[in-house]
Amino acid sequence: MPQRTGKYTIELKNTPSIIGYAAVVGKKEAEGPLGQYFDKAYNDAFFGEKTFEKAETKMQKMTIETAVKKSELSKNDIQIAFAGDLLNQCIGSSFDMRDLGFCFAGLYGACSTMALSLALAGIFVDSGAAKTALAAASSHFCSAERQYRFPLEYGGQRSPASQWTVTGAGAAVVAEKRENTPKIEKVIIGSVRDLGITDVNNMGAAMAPAAAQTIGDFLKDTQTKPEDYDLILTGDLGSTGSALLEELMRKEYCTDISAVHKDCGTMVFDLEKQDVHSGGSGCGCSASVVCSYILGRLKSKELNKVLFVGTGALLSPTSSMQKESTPGIAHGVVLTA
Amino acid sequence: MNNQQYQQLVHNTTPKSPLLKDCISAFLFGGSICCFGELLKMLFTNIGLNEDEVKLAVPVTLIVITAILTATGTFAKIAKHAGAGTAVPITGFANSVVSPAVEFSAEGKILGTGAKMFNLAGPVIVYGCSAASLYGLIYYLFLK
Repeated sequence: MPQRTGKYTIELKNTPSIIGYAAVVGKKEAEGPLGQYFDKAYNDAFFGEKTFEKAETKMQKMTIETAVKKSELSKNDIQIAFAGDLLNQCIGSSFDMRDLGFCFAGLYGACSTMALSLALAGIFVDSGAAKTALAAASSHFCSAERQYRFPLEYGGQRSPASQWTVTGAGAAVVAEKRENTPKIEKVIIGSVRDLGITDVNNMGAAMAPAAAQTIGDFLKDTQTKPEDYDLILTGDLGSTGSALLEELMRKEYCTDISAVHKDCGTMVFDLEKQDVHSGGSGCGCSASVVCSYILGRLKSKELNKVLFVGTGALLSPTSSMQKESTPGIAHGVVLTA
Repeated sequence: MNNQQYQQLVHNTTPKSPLLKDCISAFLFGGSICCFGELLKMLFTNIGLNEDEVKLAVPVTLIVITAILTATGTFAKIAKHAGAGTAVPITGFANSVVSPAVEFSAEGKILGTGAKMFNLAGPVIVYGCSAASLYGLIYYLFLK
């Protein structure tokens, strides 16, 4: 049964396993440093569909089907699915669930969705509420751009702190503990934190305070130090947000995480060569990196203990036009070999 | 850390836009577009168009070229380097109309292309026309 440890952390006593996982990405991501680890990559931004929204749905569906197949289960074995994306009303996820037919809890955690879905799937399996649960998240550069920013062909310049939404999806099948599979040991559901960032081109700065709070609370609850982890992996802070997080950890928690900290946003692209400024972002950023490279290295035991902290900027186009600042959120999951 | 301290930290940590480089490329690209406009003006005058026709033909040519470059995905690639150089001349205006028109065609001809076409250029038209009307009124009342 899941049990609360300290003030915020939930310990999953039965350490549920991730028995199958998959990641599907677009062309730019496949050309990035982690290209070889993804299950599938599509050169066509439309994924053979007519609109970018349909493309995202297809990408997520394909990722889920691949993860279920790799877990050697059938679709009927999945008792509940937690999934989300960035599209209005989460249609990226709900529209593929229309075909998949799973019991479905749609999530919106902005770019923290993969960590949130993994946390909830873990809690469900650990508590016995489900034997198998699915966690998934996706984002698509083109569908996100048109919703949050400008049309694709609009001729503008991006600021140095801006990030590039990853076209990618990740999915993981969580089940009862099995040997030689990555496991979920603890989870922490974060709270919203807003330090007044209004620059919509600096999402790393908006999310870093929430990430610092979640990591700080987690280390305190578990009485562990950064050195106890092979990796503290944040979702999509990018290079600017990562620098801010490390500084916030030093100033607010007197903790130096820089030796073990990495960010999916800076891993998924070659920042200079691929011209993505501060790095990758979007639900698909951490989802595709965790559900390929990270879980792969945990399975092969090259990594043994990873604190994965998904980070989300909870803004909407309406809130930013109304001059609201951007609240951040961060959820953590401890993944072990 | 309070909001003010954090804003200061963000200000110090966030990389700045290369202002000088941006200004130079804006000047060069923008200047080149204007020179090209002058060339068109000479060309149209030489083929016998009168002054009013030339004033119409030059911007229309630039708009058509921009529309083609936008639709083929070339304009955004140039604008990435040119910045204000392509945004300030009439090319920027044309791009801001054509890009949403292409983008939102997925939502249909009426509520997609038709409704979203002036998403970006709308404010320029509204405030441009308002300023012109105000100026016209002042001119009519006091200067005529």
